[in-house]
Amino acid sequence: MDHDHYYHAGDLGRFAEIGKGNPELWEKFSAYYAAVFAEGALTEREKALIALGVANAVQCPYCIDAYSRACLEKGSNVEEMTEAVHVACAIRGGATLVHGVQMRNVVDKLSM
Amino acid sequence: MSLQASLRSRQSALASPDEQLRILAGEGDAASFDATLAGAQLAPLRASGVGVLQINVGKLCNQSCGHCHVDAGPDRREVMTPETAAQCIAALARSDIPTVDITGGAPELNPSFRWLVEQSHALGRHVIDRCNLTVLLLPSQDDLGAFLAAHRVEVVASLPYYRPAQTDAQRGDGVFARSIAAIRKLNHLGYGQPDSGLELNLVVNPVGAFLPAKQTAIEAQFRRELERREGVVFSHLYTITNMPISRFLEFLLASGNYQAYMERLVAAFNPGAVAGVMCRSMVSVGWDGTLYDCDFNQMLELPVRDDAPRHVRDFDAARLGTRRIVTRNHCYGCTAGAGSSCGGTTT
Repeated sequence: MDHDHYYHAGDLGRFAEIGKGNPELWEKFSAYYAAVFAEGALTEREKALIALGVANAVQCPYCIDAYSRACLEKGSNVEEMTEAVHVACAIRGGATLVHGVQMRNVVDKLSM
Repeated sequence: MSLQASLRSRQSALASPDEQLRILAGEGDAASFDATLAGAQLAPLRASGVGVLQINVGKLCNQSCGHCHVDAGPDRREVMTPETAAQCIAALARSDIPTVDITGGAPELNPSFRWLVEQSHALGRHVIDRCNLTVLLLPSQDDLGAFLAAHRVEVVASLPYYRPAQTDAQRGDGVFARSIAAIRKLNHLGYGQPDSGLELNLVVNPVGAFLPAKQTAIEAQFRRELERREGVVFSHLYTITNMPISRFLEFLLASGNYQAYMERLVAAFNPGAVAGVMCRSMVSVGWDGTLYDCDFNQMLELPVRDDAPRHVRDFDAARLGTRRIVTRNHCYGCTAGAGSSCGGTTT
C-alpha cells in the first residue's frame, strides 16, 4: 500500500481484488449486482439515479464516483442527479427527525 | 461557452496531427489498439466494400464546438474547390456506391454543396447532409431547408442534449435555442414527421468525458422530452462516442480527464463492435481530394494505405473496398461499449 490515508481513488478500479479472499462469494455478488442493475421494471437510468442517492446517503466516495458517471452515461443530467441526492438527504434527515418522537417518548416517561 | 477560436488559429500544439498521435501513442503502458485487435483475432482490419462515400467539403463552420474533431470554425479557410467536387461526382458516377454523406465544417457553407447534392441526387444516390442545424437560420441559407427537402436529403443533425445548458456548454451560447428553431423549420417542411419520407436524425455526443447512453434508451428519452418541452419531432437518434482527438483531446488534457477517459475506452473495448465500424464500409474524401478510411483519420492526416488509390481523382471502388484500414489508438473510440459510427452504435 503506497498511501497513508483511508480512501484512494485508484482503489475503485481494484474492487475485484476483494474476490481473491473468496472467489465464489465474489462471483455470486457480481452476478447479483449485474442482475440488480439490468433493465427491469425500472430502467437502467432510474436505477443509476437511485444508486447515486444511496451512494450519497451511505457516503461512499467510490460509489459516488461510479454512479455520478453512470448517471451521465445513462442520459441523466445534473439537475436530475441533484434531485436524487436531495431525496436521499430528505430521507436521511427525516429518519433523524422522526426518531425525535422516540426521544419525546423517553422524555415523557422520565419527566414529572 | 462563447465561440472559441480553433486550435489552428490559437497556434495550439494540438493543432498538429503529429502531436495528437504522439499523445495517443501513450507511454506504452496501455495496450495499443492494434495489439488489442490482434488479441481478439480481428487483425488486420479490412474494408468490406464501399457503401458510403463521405465527402468532407471543408473546415469552415458557423459554430466552434468544444468537442469538434475537425477543429472547424468561422476562422478556418480550407474548403473543397469545384474541381475537387467534380472529381467526387465523377468517382461516384463510375461506381455503384449507394450513399453520399456530405460533412464539414458546416458543409452547406461550401459553394459546391448544392451542386454536389443535385449531382448525387441525379445519379440516384441517397444523400446525407451532416448539419449543425444553426446554419439553417443564416440569412444566406434561408432556402436551404426547402432545397434539402426537394432533393430528399437525409438530415443528420447534432444535438447533444434536450436541455439548453448541456447543449450550449458543448456547442456555444444560444446554440440550443437556435437548433430548436431550425428543427421547427425542418419539421414544418415535413422532416422528422411520420410517413413524410424526410428523415431528420439526431446525433448525440456526450457533453463531457463519459461514454454515450444506450441508443434505444436515450432515443426514447429525447423523443419524449423534445416533444414535451419544445414540441419538435425527429426520426431516429444516433449516439456517437467523443473521439479523443483535436478539440475534445484538448478538453480531456486541460480537465485532467485524458488518462481516465482512455482507460475507459480501452476497458470498454467490445470485439463485437468491430465488424460494424464505419471505416469498413466507407471511404472519406478530404477537402483537397485525399482519401481516408474515416473522418477521424482524415483529421489526423492518416490517409488510406498506399496500396489503394489515395486521391479521389484515382478512385477505384473495387480496390478501396478490400483495403486494409489504418488504425491508431483513437480507434478505441469506435469500439467501446456498443460501438460508435456515423450511423450510431455498431452492435
